[in-house]
Amino acid sequence: MLMNLFKFKGGVKPPTNKTQSVGQPIAAAPLPSRLVVPLHQSIGGTPRPVVQAGDKVLKGQLIGEADGWISAAVHAPTSGTVVAVAMHVQPHPSGLDALCVVIEPDGKDEWITRQPVDYKALTPEQVRERLQQAGVVGLGGAVFPTHGKLTASKTVAMEEMVVNGAECEPFITCDDLLMRERAEEVVRGIGIFRDLLQPKKVLIGIEDNKPEAAEAMRAAVKAVGENFEVVAVPTLYPAGGAKQLIRVLTGKEVPASKRSTDLGVQCFNVATAYTAWRAIAHGEPVVSRLVTITGNVHEPRNYEVLIGTPMDELLKLATPHPDTDGIVMGGPMMGFLVPEPGVPVVKATNCLIAHSDRLFPPKAPEMPCIRCGSCAQACPHELQPFEMYWFSRAKNFGKTQEYHIFDCIECGCCSFVCPSRIPLVQYFRFAKSEIWAREREKNAADQAKERFEFKQFREEREKAEKAEKLAKAAAAQAAKKAAEAAAAAAAGDAPAPAAEATAPAPAAAPSAADAEKAAKLATIQAAMERAKAQREAAQPKNTDHLTPEQQRAAEEIESRRTSAGLVPPETPVNEKSE
Amino acid sequence: MDILLAIAIMALGAVVLGAALGFASIKFKVEGDPLIEKIEAILPQTQCGQCGYPGCKPYAEAIANGEEINKCPPGGTEGVQRLADLLGREVKPLDAEEKPKQVAIIDENTCIGCTLCIQACPVDAIIGAAKQMHVIIGQQCTGCELCLPPCPVECIHMEVIAENIDSWKWKYPVVEIKAAPVEEAA
Repeated sequence: MLMNLFKFKGGVKPPTNKTQSVGQPIAAAPLPSRLVVPLHQSIGGTPRPVVQAGDKVLKGQLIGEADGWISAAVHAPTSGTVVAVAMHVQPHPSGLDALCVVIEPDGKDEWITRQPVDYKALTPEQVRERLQQAGVVGLGGAVFPTHGKLTASKTVAMEEMVVNGAECEPFITCDDLLMRERAEEVVRGIGIFRDLLQPKKVLIGIEDNKPEAAEAMRAAVKAVGENFEVVAVPTLYPAGGAKQLIRVLTGKEVPASKRSTDLGVQCFNVATAYTAWRAIAHGEPVVSRLVTITGNVHEPRNYEVLIGTPMDELLKLATPHPDTDGIVMGGPMMGFLVPEPGVPVVKATNCLIAHSDRLFPPKAPEMPCIRCGSCAQACPHELQPFEMYWFSRAKNFGKTQEYHIFDCIECGCCSFVCPSRIPLVQYFRFAKSEIWAREREKNAADQAKERFEFKQFREEREKAEKAEKLAKAAAAQAAKKAAEAAAAAAAGDAPAPAAEATAPAPAAAPSAADAEKAAKLATIQAAMERAKAQREAAQPKNTDHLTPEQQRAAEEIESRRTSAGLVPPETPVNEKSE
Repeated sequence: MDILLAIAIMALGAVVLGAALGFASIKFKVEGDPLIEKIEAILPQTQCGQCGYPGCKPYAEAIANGEEINKCPPGGTEGVQRLADLLGREVKPLDAEEKPKQVAIIDENTCIGCTLCIQACPVDAIIGAAKQMHVIIGQQCTGCELCLPPCPVECIHMEVIAENIDSWKWKYPVVEIKAAPVEEAA
């Protein structure tokens, strides 16, 4: 099956260092002494914890509930007791804490009742819902909740589905081993995605340095009876980047600020397909993943590791050399040194590399940029890193955006080729996070301004309303007074009643004043009457018609209230004595 | 005769051009001062009044009329820098101490529900009613501290907003400067 492949621009060929860890089959890592499961393991909302310290949990039991649509659930990786729901250092370059569920395993590794289903009997919505509940996220590194990518676009027909088995980064072999040993389940998982998205073609891209994996996948595709195409792509870092692999396999170039779905292409990692199949057909949520342990160790190998396993315990399995001085999570190109060795394995952890100065000699000091343009030639996104570097360094962030800094995938090709050894990606990360922070601040300021202006508007409006009300009331009062005065004047002119006979009848003016006073008095009297009536109406009525028990209970409460000194003692006591 | 014709032509020209200018001044009239809007966009909109003006807009107007640009503590040194860039003035050190971003917190046990802080809050970030406990919406709070003085029971305190994983920023790459190895004199 010959296929016309395309090329992406740039790319580098670092030493792959993959052979060390593919010699042995996947092994299950033993149960660690305790598991620290971070709640926020995917892009999107942070799951809410649904367990507390002291709870017994079973393997696969829900411990964090998905918060919103773009969020995926988190589950207990083994059976045991929840020791704490507390802050713990994260495998994140910041070294900051986030909320984790700490579980002490009981050693039984007892599953919840798993409910395998035939997904063909479910509606697409139900399948997506199940994937979300099972915590299936993209295991290629971005950990985007998979169900969010499985809704076919209404406007663009789905042309190709690209399955990413390229695994371009040096040292990492977990996808390679997964495809070699569990190809059939990967293929069945791809089948689920295919049925949900209905693409015209399914392309599985595997770098040509993994012929065994490609062979195993071809055999599995045949065995399952699917028509997926397994394509060997040239080994060139970063061929495993989603946009690069799409380019290589389909020739489509995803433009800046657009997504691949706009061109009718969707991309999934092979490990994601595997976990999706386990979740649907076996009812097993994502509680473990394959992790390559390699680098400065005696026995590099791939392990099936429970999420939450402390990295230092895991590294011991491969017996690191004594000069190991740190752990790199991810590959040497995009990975980072974890802030402390005890941080947990998360869904994004595909590889741990024992770091030593022998393996990764410290970089010589940075030299000035000579504008040689090597970085621009190596950039797989056709950016101009030397320009972005200059503006990032000068903190001229507007300019960096003009040079499309947000299209940078931080693959590290530019830093790799830079003859001046400038840590270009670090500058870009710095610029990106500064721009995001400013964006957040700007939004907050805009919102504050809007709220401030609304408050002022509201205060003005209330003032105006109050003034209007007062004016209206005054006008009504004046009108009423005038009417009464007129009435009184009329009465004064007529033969006076007996009570007012003492007043000189012809004097109209004083009698009008008297009438006014009387009218005022009468209104006050009426208002007092009204208030009294209202007060009586407001008296509690629930003490009438009580049953004997209720009466007793009420009395008891009253006596307690009195003894606690909550009520002035006279009234209730007197009432009771009567 | 010639001179009269020349005067008439000049007068006609003046009338036509004057009419065109008059039309343009009505048609393309700019509402408000665009400079004030630009200044206001730089100010942090905390509405805290620490500059001595009752809100960010009045201060922006004052700056446009020649007020100093270093009176906004929430904007920080960076804010002063950006105002200086916009207005072509000299950067001055901030007229107050620069504080980290804060959020107000009400102590629920002490709050008596007097609503005074609600009236003081410039951005309506406090909810509550008379004799009911009040609470601050943390996301809307600008940290202006205007709710602190009116509280009769001093149940509001400010807390510095701690950095978390979502708000964490990559640091500026530090260029290490090492002493060059000293060459031994032969």
